[in-house]
Amino acid sequence: MTNSSTSEPLNYLNHKTGLWSWLSSTDHKRIGLMYMYTITIFFCTAAILGLLMRIEKLTPGQTIMTAQTYNGMFTIHGIIMIFIVVIPGLAAVFGNFFLPIMIGAKDVAFPKLNLFSWYVFIAGAMLGLYSQFANGHSPDTGWTFYVPYSASASSNVVIALTAAFVLGFASILTGLNFIVTIHRMRAPGMTWFRMPLFPWSLYATAWIQLLATPIVGITLLMVIAERTLHIGFFDPALGGDPVLYQHLFWIYSHPAVYVMILPAMGVVTEIFPTFSQKPVFGYVPIVFSSLAIALVGYFVWGHHMFTSGISYESRWFFSFLTFLVAIPSAIKVFNWLSTMYGGSVDLKPPLLFAISFIFLFTIGGFTGLTLGSLATNIQLHNTDFVVAHFHYIIFGGMGFAFFAAIHYWFPKIYGRMYNFKWANISWGFLFVGFNLLYFPLFVMGIQGMPRRYFDYDPKFQTGEMLSTIGAFILIIGLIIMISNLVYGSRRGAIAPANPWHGVTLEWQIPSPPPHENFDEIPVITHEPYRFDHPYTK
Amino acid sequence: MKNNENHVSSDSLNWTVLVILLILTTITILAIKIHLGAYTVALALILASIKVSIVLTYFMHLKFENMLLRLMVGGVFLLFAVVIAITFIDYYFR
Amino acid sequence: MSTTEHSEFIDSDTGKLGMWLFLFTELFLFGGLFIVYAVMRSKYAADFHQAALELNVFVGATNTVVLLVSSMTVAMSLTAIQQKRAGKAMGLLFITLLLAGVFMVNKYFEWGHKFGLHLYPGSDVMKSLPHGEIMFFGLYFMMTGLHALHVIIGGVLLTIVIFKIKSGKINAEHYLLQENGALYWHLVDLIWIFLFPLLYLVT
Repeated sequence: MTNSSTSEPLNYLNHKTGLWSWLSSTDHKRIGLMYMYTITIFFCTAAILGLLMRIEKLTPGQTIMTAQTYNGMFTIHGIIMIFIVVIPGLAAVFGNFFLPIMIGAKDVAFPKLNLFSWYVFIAGAMLGLYSQFANGHSPDTGWTFYVPYSASASSNVVIALTAAFVLGFASILTGLNFIVTIHRMRAPGMTWFRMPLFPWSLYATAWIQLLATPIVGITLLMVIAERTLHIGFFDPALGGDPVLYQHLFWIYSHPAVYVMILPAMGVVTEIFPTFSQKPVFGYVPIVFSSLAIALVGYFVWGHHMFTSGISYESRWFFSFLTFLVAIPSAIKVFNWLSTMYGGSVDLKPPLLFAISFIFLFTIGGFTGLTLGSLATNIQLHNTDFVVAHFHYIIFGGMGFAFFAAIHYWFPKIYGRMYNFKWANISWGFLFVGFNLLYFPLFVMGIQGMPRRYFDYDPKFQTGEMLSTIGAFILIIGLIIMISNLVYGSRRGAIAPANPWHGVTLEWQIPSPPPHENFDEIPVITHEPYRFDHPYTK
Repeated sequence: MKNNENHVSSDSLNWTVLVILLILTTITILAIKIHLGAYTVALALILASIKVSIVLTYFMHLKFENMLLRLMVGGVFLLFAVVIAITFIDYYFR
Repeated sequence: MSTTEHSEFIDSDTGKLGMWLFLFTELFLFGGLFIVYAVMRSKYAADFHQAALELNVFVGATNTVVLLVSSMTVAMSLTAIQQKRAGKAMGLLFITLLLAGVFMVNKYFEWGHKFGLHLYPGSDVMKSLPHGEIMFFGLYFMMTGLHALHVIIGGVLLTIVIFKIKSGKINAEHYLLQENGALYWHLVDLIWIFLFPLLYLVT
């Protein structure tokens, strides 16, 4: 190993070393990795909080923590997972690392802004942590910060709100950077419809980040003003309207779900053709379904408010649009399946994760329709059914896509390969643990178990216990997976430049990529995913 | 650099735009004196929108930019209008 | 050309697209307040009219004219730098800053007057008002306050531009920063064009 490392060609990892060379790097690849390490740390923290909550619910009554601690824990679990892990997640990590490479550029359009947005992200993440510990009053409003409670709760809500605001700003800057990059930096010959589908999904995502995040920004500022200046926009005692807060909050936070899931769809769309060695089925419909999801997804926010007393007409409208969003999502599912059909399917770990993504995402999607229907929503609103639904979408969807992405691009990022056997084992634990953890929540939700409750009726104990066992299995799977990846990144076998026989641009440069990605900017001559044709000149 | 292709607005054009904007402002202030009831706010908003589009077109050089940017700006205003409209599906019928 | 050097000279179209996208986020930031305004005004039309009488149309109109003129001077300054007349460009930007100052002084006296009448959020006078009037003044302070913050940021940006013209970093070939500064300033004007009739001319 020592021999090869001295003669190793220069790449983005070794052309400069030292902590400062990372912290001051405007290289999109290094920034992507810095996001990944930060996000992994926060993910593990929040996952442990989740495990603690599950342990609390092992038995009825108080098990290991007080009700107030539990309230703080689900709040901070939500804030970390949503604002720090899942929303930046795929876009900031794999988007940063692979978007410029996949479109044949040397970097994003504004590299310094990119680094700046990482620091903004860190500042927001630190504020989020601080809100948890300052004065010993962790926020207990839930990640949704609903008024009037959030306007009066005697905990660190203002700090948590500021953290969310700052994190939103980082998300805006990333989105802005990606839109300009895709518009202005594509390699010669790469027309819009010769662009791979992961960049397309990032493009749709970036527009949502750009146009929805400011609304939640101003909303959080209004709640801060509410608490500090007593302005009263959301305070009924002063003539304000708490439901208006819910409108404003969900105008952002519903599209935010698509910020989480669209890049996940983009990732698996890269994986299916590669591991089937077959062109992606229906390139154009996939592109337009991404854009349609982004557009229609902007107008369905009210389906979070069916029981909040909004007008009948608007409930009808939002429910209808919610069903409409299911169409482009289903189109994608059919496209992925058809891509595999008749291909030479190679069931390597990335594909395993991608296929489980389809399975879990479909369950999450269908239960989403259950919640989107007006009648069933009344029964299921604010029950564990909702918790199960969004964990199937966010963890089963975005989370498993993230695992698929890291297993897919790992050899490119580190130039080494992880152990397949352990990757498959970790997949088994994760998949079984995940379903055991969240599926009982569907059942208990239908039976009437409310979400966010620290205690429960003893009749739910079987379900709660199964769910807790699932949490432990899931955590074991996470530990195996992370250990396998960390070991692989340091000691794994040297990986060839194109271990999966992919055809997009990132597979045509050395692993790890050189500092500037391409010695010579490639010229694109064909549409992507043609396994019989060279993609470039 | 691409800067060379940029359009240079003459001072006289800028002056003309300013005079038109000032006239529209005067009309806005005078118009609210007419009692149009609920339509006054519509009139004020229409006049403001005309002013804004003049600022966008001439001061912000949209007239001389490519079609894509113009579509984006139009799309963003349209999106906002749709969001307001959807919010009012709730408030109007409540 | 390395990536780090690459970022020193962002080409004009790329930089401008970035700025426009940023302006979109600013529009939606104010947009959230406009949604609140629309909902509250539809709910409390009469109270809004009553509360708006408290505002001085003359001061509002003056500030409108001030911002419109400043928008023109910024646009003319861009023309001047394109025509290689750096002195004229700096002069016009200086006038813009002066106008921004006039706007802020006006605003200061306007807010000061309200505070003198104890019309500020959370005051006892305010709490005794009808609900719609509380909402109106809340929106008035929030919207004009956020706008004033943008005037200040725009002023700082234009000051930097003046210094860069002076040092020759902005010139007839490279004036992206000035273009973007001007775009930002026009946005400040643009928001005010909506705020003026919505806050001062409520019937």
